[in-house]
Amino acid sequence: MQDPAKRVKVLHMENITKRFPGVTALNQVNFDVMEGEVVALIGENGAGKSTLMKVLGGVHHPDEGTITASGSPAVIRSVADADSLGVGFVHQELNVLDNLDVGANVFLGREPHRFGLINRRKIKADTQPFLDTLGLDVSPDTPLSKLSIGQQQMVEIAKALSKEAKIIIMDEPTSSLTLSETERLLKVIGDLSEQGIAVIYISHRLGEVTQCAHRVVALRDGKNAGELKSGEINHDAMVSLMVGRDLKRTPLTSSDHETVPRRLVVSNLRTALYPECQSSFEISGGEILGMAGLVGAGRSELAQATFGVDPALSGSVSVDGITIKRGAARQSIKAGIYLAPEDRKLTGLVLEFDITQNVSLADLWNHSSRIGLIDRYAERKVAEQQIERLKIKTPSASTAAITLSGGNQQKVVLGKWLSMKPKVIIFDEPTRGIDVGAKAEIYKLMRELARNGVAIWMISSDMEEVLGISDRIVVMHEGQITGELQRDEFGEEPIMHLAVGNSKTEAN
Amino acid sequence: MANPLLRYAGRHRRETGMLGLLFILVVITSLGTIEEGIDGLFGSKFLTPDNLKNVARTIGIYGIFSIGVGIVIITAGIDLSVGSLMALLGVFFLFLVTPPGMRPDSALARGIPEVSWPMAVLWVLLLGTLLGLLHGVLVGKLKLQPFVVTLCGLLSYRGLARFYANDTTVNVGDASQDLSFARKLGDGTLGDVLIGHGEKGILHSVPMTFVYLIILAVITTIILHRSVLGRYIFAAGRNELATKYSGINTGLVIAIAYLIAGFCTAFSAIPFCIYTGSVQPTSHGAFFELYAIAAAVLGGCSLRGGEGSIPGILIGTAILIVLRNMVNLLGYPTPLSDAITGGVIFVGVIIDQHGATGLKKIFKRKARTT
Repeated sequence: MQDPAKRVKVLHMENITKRFPGVTALNQVNFDVMEGEVVALIGENGAGKSTLMKVLGGVHHPDEGTITASGSPAVIRSVADADSLGVGFVHQELNVLDNLDVGANVFLGREPHRFGLINRRKIKADTQPFLDTLGLDVSPDTPLSKLSIGQQQMVEIAKALSKEAKIIIMDEPTSSLTLSETERLLKVIGDLSEQGIAVIYISHRLGEVTQCAHRVVALRDGKNAGELKSGEINHDAMVSLMVGRDLKRTPLTSSDHETVPRRLVVSNLRTALYPECQSSFEISGGEILGMAGLVGAGRSELAQATFGVDPALSGSVSVDGITIKRGAARQSIKAGIYLAPEDRKLTGLVLEFDITQNVSLADLWNHSSRIGLIDRYAERKVAEQQIERLKIKTPSASTAAITLSGGNQQKVVLGKWLSMKPKVIIFDEPTRGIDVGAKAEIYKLMRELARNGVAIWMISSDMEEVLGISDRIVVMHEGQITGELQRDEFGEEPIMHLAVGNSKTEAN
Repeated sequence: MANPLLRYAGRHRRETGMLGLLFILVVITSLGTIEEGIDGLFGSKFLTPDNLKNVARTIGIYGIFSIGVGIVIITAGIDLSVGSLMALLGVFFLFLVTPPGMRPDSALARGIPEVSWPMAVLWVLLLGTLLGLLHGVLVGKLKLQPFVVTLCGLLSYRGLARFYANDTTVNVGDASQDLSFARKLGDGTLGDVLIGHGEKGILHSVPMTFVYLIILAVITTIILHRSVLGRYIFAAGRNELATKYSGINTGLVIAIAYLIAGFCTAFSAIPFCIYTGSVQPTSHGAFFELYAIAAAVLGGCSLRGGEGSIPGILIGTAILIVLRNMVNLLGYPTPLSDAITGGVIFVGVIIDQHGATGLKKIFKRKARTT
């Protein structure tokens, strides 16, 4: 990196205001980026981060304010304008086409051609240097579908680089990456910065921000909430900027309370993803079992097989000693095993349904007459109870789930299960993409459920979360449970050790 | 009094809008067909008792199978087999009620005995429902694409109908048993059934098919909009995976939707073949699946699934039939009605997606390019 004093300001956004009907999403926001600087943009959901970046990316047009890029005033009216100013976007949801190869993705829309035919050789030759820069060890003609999520993301970055981006915006780039891919990405961000390319890094994962950011800019309620320079960046400082108050990290260790032994027993379960591996473990009622591992370790698949939405090849699951028929979610639900799945939008909710309809979906027969007519009054009352209990922020119970924020959507998923009689709840990545405030509420809820004798199985790729919430941790690697850690053995290192496939007793 | 109505209209904007369109159509048709010396209301050819009865009868027949197709569309599926299935079931029904000697010579004609017409009705309903269930199992359980499954149905059923009928027309008149009551039930009016022929009165202007439609509409409205099964149908159509994750057997739900569609098709096939008096297997019921899809889409069903209502489907059907009737009454050639129908659906869908401004934009763009 160059001497900070000599660095050029590549972006200057001043007094940006953006109003939507009913809300001021951005209120006089200022935002600067220097050449080669890694700026983390943090804030709770709805603080205005995405809106600000959409203004920069040409998706929204600000009502007030000016943008100066590399010293000259810029008007960004479209995504093409943003491109030509050297602003590249790496989206949270990958925008790559997995039916094409790597090179075709990098040069999508700008294919070099001769007589209208695509010049594949040139694409290949031109793509290679970018892949080298990013340390992505694949050939440009590899089909994208063969790459991991992390590698696909690198392709997106390559695409931005190929457009000569001077600023790359990364919106929650690590939310579906494995730990090693995250490490790799953070290193690439460092390299980009060395080459003078600025990175705007949006993430809820404060640990990563601490690792990679030169400066942190916080937004709160659409306004600037403060900045942290490189020496000041730490977890607590960031949290207090975001929430506007000191939020003590609540120690969530289990207090002494009655436990129900062997509430959930999973024995010799084999999933279709890793047919050669058998998994066995048990969770007591009142206990929170954290399950760590790299993405792709087969944790979600194990949860889905236990819950019964994916058929298990063999093995058995029992609750309170009663074995559940395999491969039928209906049976698991009857037995009191519930799954709050990893992808809320795809599997957790029927997004266009309202809160009431989502909450009652799994328990509809209990809100209906014997011949199957729904009692709408009863149905709504249950939903309203859950809204109150979980503090779901919504105008009413008949609001469509799609309009809620991520945290509130997750609460609707939980409301569905809490309105029934949970014995075991599987939380698969319970706080992915959820802001700090809602996260704390969900942790509190998990603890409260445990106190009432529910067995909690939490799958998480967020190290901080696994270490902070669990009573016991189980680690998986490529379909195999590689070890178990008790509270006194907790630590990032032992988890990583197991997650990459070493067994706990490797030395023996 | 008006308040709950307004609230209902607010919640069902698509249906309300289409109801408005239907009303406008009826007014235009009524005014446009006023002629000297017509005994209809205001001297309008559209408003003569005979014409209205005809329109109601046709709406009845089309409405019944459109409800079935609409429910399938709500599960994010499609049913292309309706018209061909009507031809096959029509041939099957007429075979069952005519003596074997009077049938065109084919394996099926030789193989099935003559039965009384009520038995024939039951057999047709059963066969239609079973074929619907077959589609449902293929789509819901085996996860085949609904378009392909029912496209195969479209080809096979028409082919079978033509094969078994030896490609000749099968006539209701060839039956030797007394079908007079069946005719009343299929092609008559409520008055014919309850009182008897020849009388004049309000009941004699209500065709039985329209009565069936209303009964079926009430039942399916309750199922779709009030029952657990209906909620599951909407949920599975919107997001099958999330529905599965709530412990619901979505394959079964989808199979039931196709079963209902098969039943509806069979249910309308019988009055339709009695009404036409004969089944010409090459053309009987041709394109009915497309009218059903059009009615459902006009009435607010989204082909993406999870959206639509029974009242909407009824309004959509009524719009189609009134449009066609208008074209006929105004003396334009019948084929033109399909062209106009296509145009109306197109405009309706654009307004629905983009509002009236969307339509303006499209025309503006057109003006600029020319």
